[in-house]
Amino acid sequence: MLNIIQIPRRLRKYSVLPGFGLSLGYALLYLGLIVLLPLSAIVTRTAQLSWEQFWATVTDDRVVASYRLTFGASLAAALLNAVFGLLVAWVIVRYRFPGRKLVDAMVDLPFALPTAVAGIALTTLYARNGWIGQWLEPLGIKVAYTPLGIIVALTFIGLPFVVRTVQPVLEDMSREVEEAAASLGARPWQTFRRVILPELLPAVLTGFTLAFARALGEYGSVVFISGNMPMRTEITPLLIITKLEQYQYSEATAIAVVMLAASFVLLLVINLLQRWLSVRSGQSA
Amino acid sequence: MSIEVRNISKTFGNYTALKSVSLRIDGGELIALLGPSGSGKTTLLRIIAGLERPDDSDAAVLFDDEDVTWREVGERQVGFVFQHYALFRHMTVFENVAFGLRVRPRSRRPSKAQIREKVRELLRLVQLESLEHRYPTQLSGGQRQRVALARALAVEPRILLLDEPFGALDAKVRQELRRWLRRLHEEIHVTTVFVTHDQEEALEVADRIVVMNEGKIEQIGTPDQVFHQPANEFVMKFLGQVNLFHGRVEGGRGIFGSLVLDSGGQELADARAARLLVRPHELDLLPSPNGRPSVKVKVTRIQAAGPVVRVELADERGQQLQAELTHAQRRELNLTVGDIVHVSPRDARIFVDDYSI
Repeated sequence: MLNIIQIPRRLRKYSVLPGFGLSLGYALLYLGLIVLLPLSAIVTRTAQLSWEQFWATVTDDRVVASYRLTFGASLAAALLNAVFGLLVAWVIVRYRFPGRKLVDAMVDLPFALPTAVAGIALTTLYARNGWIGQWLEPLGIKVAYTPLGIIVALTFIGLPFVVRTVQPVLEDMSREVEEAAASLGARPWQTFRRVILPELLPAVLTGFTLAFARALGEYGSVVFISGNMPMRTEITPLLIITKLEQYQYSEATAIAVVMLAASFVLLLVINLLQRWLSVRSGQSA
Repeated sequence: MSIEVRNISKTFGNYTALKSVSLRIDGGELIALLGPSGSGKTTLLRIIAGLERPDDSDAAVLFDDEDVTWREVGERQVGFVFQHYALFRHMTVFENVAFGLRVRPRSRRPSKAQIREKVRELLRLVQLESLEHRYPTQLSGGQRQRVALARALAVEPRILLLDEPFGALDAKVRQELRRWLRRLHEEIHVTTVFVTHDQEEALEVADRIVVMNEGKIEQIGTPDQVFHQPANEFVMKFLGQVNLFHGRVEGGRGIFGSLVLDSGGQELADARAARLLVRPHELDLLPSPNGRPSVKVKVTRIQAAGPVVRVELADERGQQLQAELTHAQRRELNLTVGDIVHVSPRDARIFVDDYSI
């Protein structure tokens, strides 16, 4: 037998495609190398700190303020993207208008653009004398160098996630279901809220999760627009970089460990929620 | 509630689905729209429902002589059952059926208790009381079909419209549901129109059948009428198997090879191209011609399993014919494969092309 990893028989289902052992082994190895190894290095490095040092580092006022900002702004951006991403996906799928393909392609731009470029562009736009900033300034709305600016940047980089997860589901959705709702007397808003939205919710949630996760780790675009004022507009990834620049590697990894743990718990919760949703709607039952 | 449609035409791009169709359906009737795919039957149903709009402004859809042509589907009080059921996947059976009641404006919405009672009653009617907490994915095809029907009935429709209601079900469930639909109709007596491409289904269930082809109505009549007195060749061919002979009409007689027939009751003008259509059960098999017009054929296959004996025959030129006999007739003839017999039509219809003289 050439099988190096022997999979117990009850764990494998018969499949017409061979190579279960090989593909599973490769997937695990790959995940181990790419994801787990660097992460474990972070934990190992952090372990060089004593418990008191670790606790003092991660509960420092400035660090706690940055957690609050990072998670808060990421959540706000992901929520914004969930709403407007759904809208964009709807428009692209449901309507036929000139330039539709162009809009469709534009959605991916935030992925392709170097985040630093996005950050600089947004800062220029929203600065006090920028194209948009000069109109907002008299209204008392400041965007650049405030938490609001951070939300703008995070919304920009997270936009494609919701659009791209909702789009295929929306395309697959049968028109008959909407017609059925209409024939039963539902008005358009009721059809959307009671019939379409529940079917899209698992996909929206997936997009939301991706956008949220992406925003948590975002650095490049935020540092330009945030102004990086300690306690006010300093995000956690920036703090980590700052620590690194001061050669405080263990402290940097300590903060990273906290970020990592919090993100993992949050993503796990959202994933569970999503699973519950899709089982309930019979999509993966 | 009676339904009348007048001058309905509908095109999709450069495809014409309906060509000026007019039709009247009386209140309480159970009507089948029967035709091959692409005949426009589903489009007609959707226009009656209000899911599509007719092309022309002189077209009209009337419910009890009230013009509803331009009214929204939700305001027409029709129950529509979709071919693939279109159940709401994220709702239980109960919630699916209750949907139509729950979306009513507050002033007309029944109380929670009334909704509960109404839904229970409908689920009893469709024999699904025990499954009200299931989701559609947990049901069989026949059960989903009945949920879809209960959901449509919940809004107390004036008209019930069903698009290929049994199309996606297997043969046995189909037969049961057909009879069940017939009984249900007798119980609730709502004007019902259903679309089907299955002539057996239409013949068995409907009060009247509307036979459609290429966007036009070919014939409207009771199952008896369309089966026994087909208006034209299409209807005859579509409503069952036929044997086809090519020939001509001369001096009021049809000449189809060695088969020479008097016109019977049909008025026949001379024609160079005529076709004789005979159903398999209307062909007699004779040991010798006995003076009757007949064709000499050879038995190529006998299929005796079933209520009738199906016999496949081939004439001298190799043309295939089919006949149906009773088991008693077969014993009497002592028929086996390879026998030479003579077939003679007991009943036949001759069709000539409209454009020929």
